Amino acid sequence: MSPEVPSDSGLATYNFAYLDEQTKRMIRRAILKAIAIPGYQVPFASREMPMPYGWGTGGVQVTASIIGPQDVLKVIDQGADDTTNAVSIRAFFQKVANVAVTTHTKDATIIQTRHRIPEQPLAEGQVLVYQVPIPEPLRFLEPRETETRKMHALEEYGLMHVKLYEDIAHNGRISKTYAYPVKVAGRYVMDPSPTPKFDNPKMHMSDALQLFGAGREKRIYAIPPHTEVVSLDFEDHPFEIQSFDKPCALCGAENVYLDEVILDDQGGRMFVCSDTDHCEDRRDHGHAGAMLGRQEAAE
Amino acid sequence: MSDTPLLKVKSVSKFYGQRIGCKEVSFDLWPGEVLAIVGESGSGKTTLLNCISTRLLPTTGSVEYTMRDGSIRDLYHMGEAERRFLMRTDWGFVHQNPADGLRMTVSAGANVGERLMAVGNRHYGNIRATATDWLGRVEIDADRIDDAPRAFSGGMRQRLQIARNLVTGPRLVFMDEPTGGLDVSVQARLLDLVRGLVNDLGLSAIIVTHDLAVARLLSHRMMVMKDGHVIEQGLTDRVLDDPREPYTQLLVSSILQV
Ligand SMILES: Nc1ncnc2c1ncn2[C@@H]1O[C@H](COP(=O)(O)OP(=O)(O)O)[C@@H](O)[C@H]1O
Ligand SMILES: [Mg+2]
Ligand SMILES: [Zn+2]
Repeated sequence: MSPEVPSDSGLATYNFAYLDEQTKRMIRRAILKAIAIPGYQVPFASREMPMPYGWGTGGVQVTASIIGPQDVLKVIDQGADDTTNAVSIRAFFQKVANVAVTTHTKDATIIQTRHRIPEQPLAEGQVLVYQVPIPEPLRFLEPRETETRKMHALEEYGLMHVKLYEDIAHNGRISKTYAYPVKVAGRYVMDPSPTPKFDNPKMHMSDALQLFGAGREKRIYAIPPHTEVVSLDFEDHPFEIQSFDKPCALCGAENVYLDEVILDDQGGRMFVCSDTDHCEDRRDHGHAGAMLGRQEAAE
Repeated sequence: MSDTPLLKVKSVSKFYGQRIGCKEVSFDLWPGEVLAIVGESGSGKTTLLNCISTRLLPTTGSVEYTMRDGSIRDLYHMGEAERRFLMRTDWGFVHQNPADGLRMTVSAGANVGERLMAVGNRHYGNIRATATDWLGRVEIDADRIDDAPRAFSGGMRQRLQIARNLVTGPRLVFMDEPTGGLDVSVQARLLDLVRGLVNDLGLSAIIVTHDLAVARLLSHRMMVMKDGHVIEQGLTDRVLDDPREPYTQLLVSSILQV
């Protein structure tokens, strides 16, 4: 988080963390504004990054603007540290900022994520940077940008409930499972896209700073530490998170978000932690799920 | 009728550059009164309606509105948040083209329920029950509640638009050619429905129409517009049975097909 830049970084081709200092200042100003107005989407002059949109260029620009030489970076995609997207972004920052990287949630100072919030509660001083594809929660029903801005300004959020009403009318319940809208600090409605709603409660009163970057849509928003984050719902259809019948097949964890893994072409499958670091950490500490031995034998 | 007008329109003019939209229009609208604005195409009816309903800012003039608490407010000097709140609670606006007033991609139930949710209703069951009730009042079968208006006929869409507007119990409804795009037989049914609702609910309404039959059926009073000016106004029966202005006489005698 140190803004200091080593003058002798030895990186001839790039400025530290790729972006030039002028751009970083501009993005930091947007971040500060976003922190000052929790949940409000601050426009910023999104830059071209050496990766396509959809690869998290918004999150990458936020991370590049806040990262310092002392930071320890973790990058996750669908909860895993080893997917192509996560590996590429991690390698990018190793190359352009020469920072330490980790897969351990507790060791990271900055965690860039797509989809998941780590299972291990985040601590004071940590920053969670989300890669956001579509920042506007009202877009689904109101395509006009001028109108959605006005709705935010005047706190006209009836449309959000229209969306939830439709869901119940057609599915018998609120079937929305990710990008589930929240109200931040009792004021702005925000889209935590595309995290599963399972993670919504983790945003509430988190000790960490949460920053959201949307590259293509050129928006940054934030949830400062210790901020109220409430998932929208109806009195007779209250917000609920996904629940899973069985614990993680590898580490036995309960109350965590599980991914389905296909084991063979005979219909064999198991459910395991989507947060791979959490799962490994538990196994290292002696926790075992029902399939632990079998999975290793298969490998 | 009470002794305070619901609406006091004073010298409202709207210019589009050099062109006159409407000029120096003044009138009072009383609680429970239905006013028809008639005139041929291009005479300024829509411009005037949009100015009064604050969808358009006039070039000059003022409109005073008596709020539910009895206080009188100048609409053009009201904060935007309060004005928009007024528009979706105490007012209705029925567009000629239902697609302009409906959300075509969400269900009929959500279309009717939107205003309730906008004012903070957070009980799905109650919202749905109210929507069901309103669909019944505008003669739409309850089993269509989850269908999008895209699947509805023109007449049904217009009835849905009316339900969507009336669900919050507004006191004033603006209508711009509400029967405009409909077949004659469908028009008659809609007019009966509107007349019934206006009577039952004691609504005040301003209805723009080029059709004198609509004015005759629905309105207590009417204003005749020509080239942006109101050239004659009075009780509907009086204006239609005993028009004073030569232009109105032409309109009424149907020599002018408006
Ligand atoms: N947006 C606009 N820009 C310029 N002129 C307009 C606009 N809207 C209406 N007018 C003009 O204002 C006059 C009144 O139009 P309008 O209020 O639509 O009449 P009506 O509803 O009686 O058909 C017409 O001459 C019309 O061409
Ligand atoms: Mg018109
Ligand atoms: Zn596990």
